[in-house]
Amino acid sequence: MAPHNNSYPSQHDLPNVLILKLPPSFVIFGEHFFDSAKFRFLKAYESSLPLPQFLLAHAQSVQAILSSGGAPVTADTICLLPNLRLVVTTSQGLNHIDLSECRRRGIAVAGAGTIFSADCADSVVELLIDVLRKVSAANRFVKQGLWSSQGDYPLGSKLGGKRVGIVGLGNIGSEVAKRLEAFGCSISYNSRNKKPSVPYAFYPNVGELAANCDALIICCALTDETYHLINKEVLSALGKDGVIINIARGPIVDEKELVRCLVEGEIRGAGLDVFEHEPDVPHELFALDNVVMSPHNAVFTRESFEDLRKIVVGNLEAFFSNEPLLTAVNLDDQPHFSG
Amino acid sequence: MKSIGVLMTCHMDSYLEQELEKRFNLLRFWTATEKSTFLATHKNSIRAVVGNAFGGADAELIESLPKLEIVASFSVGLDKIDLAKCKEKGIRVTNTPDVLTDDVADLSIGLMLAVLRKLCESDRYVRSDKWKKGDYTLTTKFTGKTVGIIGLGRIGMAVAKRAEAFSCPIHYYSRTEKPETKYKYYPSVVELAANCDILVVACSLTEETRHIIDREVIDALGRKGVLINVGRGRHVDEPELVSALVECRLGGAGLDVFEHEPEVPEELFGLDNVVLLPHVGTGTVETRQAMADLVIGNLEAHFQKKPLLTPVV
Repeated sequence: MAPHNNSYPSQHDLPNVLILKLPPSFVIFGEHFFDSAKFRFLKAYESSLPLPQFLLAHAQSVQAILSSGGAPVTADTICLLPNLRLVVTTSQGLNHIDLSECRRRGIAVAGAGTIFSADCADSVVELLIDVLRKVSAANRFVKQGLWSSQGDYPLGSKLGGKRVGIVGLGNIGSEVAKRLEAFGCSISYNSRNKKPSVPYAFYPNVGELAANCDALIICCALTDETYHLINKEVLSALGKDGVIINIARGPIVDEKELVRCLVEGEIRGAGLDVFEHEPDVPHELFALDNVVMSPHNAVFTRESFEDLRKIVVGNLEAFFSNEPLLTAVNLDDQPHFSG
Repeated sequence: MKSIGVLMTCHMDSYLEQELEKRFNLLRFWTATEKSTFLATHKNSIRAVVGNAFGGADAELIESLPKLEIVASFSVGLDKIDLAKCKEKGIRVTNTPDVLTDDVADLSIGLMLAVLRKLCESDRYVRSDKWKKGDYTLTTKFTGKTVGIIGLGRIGMAVAKRAEAFSCPIHYYSRTEKPETKYKYYPSVVELAANCDILVVACSLTEETRHIIDREVIDALGRKGVLINVGRGRHVDEPELVSALVECRLGGAGLDVFEHEPEVPEELFGLDNVVLLPHVGTGTVETRQAMADLVIGNLEAHFQKKPLLTPVV
């Protein structure tokens, strides 16, 4: 039998990474997707114990949590884990993590970095072209056999020359801008801070941005400040020819008001990957050809999940080797979302 | 000019019809119950034909219109016009280049995204009211995929410029190499197909390019390859394409054009890796108006003995 030493840790010697709920990655790829020789997973969702009891039972051993968008890391959870020093999330958004509590406790947070930016930006362009050029609606029309019986399909609207207003010019917003410029769109934006090195027009508030654009693209984080940021006034400023694209978070938009505007023809159309109460989607939207919807899957590509695997395992391995995290979030710069 | 007879081959655009009617004696060919009688009745007043991708001016039509001076096409494609016959008879021909380049290129990228990311299927899924948490489908990332373009003319170049913004390497096949572009040239369509992820048809339809997408090209493009056709239906051997898609020998297709529009092979209707559009490459209010203005502008220039705006012949 090989002598027991630190080079050959048994499973029981490996540090624990707590997973509260089954992450999408496991559903798709199985539960070994983030396996590593450097840590093991403690799966709260496999236990019959209620979560608080489970946490109490394992409190001392948990130094890290692997979270996903549907598995919030609340102050209550954090306070039951005195040795917690790291939260790694598989999602782009951070609104499900109590960032203030993490900052207070000195807990590091590692996010997705920029691995999802290309897919998110591609989804924005895809939704915008689809709404303006009626791609999904026309595809339905042809596949229902209506072209030969009903003749020509109604005309869409040209993308080139459209004024695009980006709410949140972070990494994703910048990737959106770069792509849409190639289609001949002009870019303007609203962000927490004006970015002096950027060639796009800055608007200090979202209402003014909406009044001066044809397509309003939501690319910002969900925080207390951005909850229902897109409200009746903003939608009214966007106007009858305006389109809204949301790939960020549903609660950034006052959904009831958006639905009303769409049903009453007060805006041209919408492309939505996210909704306030997923997976529930307002039924009024199902009958509208000027709305294109996807089930919060903007980053669900094989390539992005492979990048995610590398970054999650990389962050956890770095943490347990006392090396710098790959994608640490600067908590001093992150506004809070109370949820 | 109200006495000048202008024959419009098929219904194409209400704005165009209305503007033609203000200026000329507009004759709507598609409303004739008996086409040969119609032509016999009006042949001495018809001095212009306005055609499009569906109905142009073939030799037969040209021969039956002794007073024909100009064919103005509501399209950039000229495959429905007998250019040789027009040259022979001194008949001028105009089309609508440039004004529609952006729309066709935009739609090409839209089709690429729709096929790879399966947005139409996502939309269908949400609309079915069956979305439940935990139901995940993975699609293919578009950014960084190699795009192969057949025909590096105005539309091909516009597709390339857009795809580059997604960090897509650009490869192409063209009648002549274009070294100033820095894109990678392949001397044959088969080699291009074997060396790209997404193959786009963006060339004009001629005798040489008919069925330029055949079995060999489809096989080279392969199980993970995607075909985008915004050219003409006859660029593609349609039965071969259909069987490749049905048999999963080709990864997917985004098609705006078909061999026998508006007939579309029904075998494609149930495939979630295929997006089908009813020839809407130029189908925006803005572009159709710009195209119509060009047709009107060319006709007015001709009858006022001024230089044509966009002559082909």
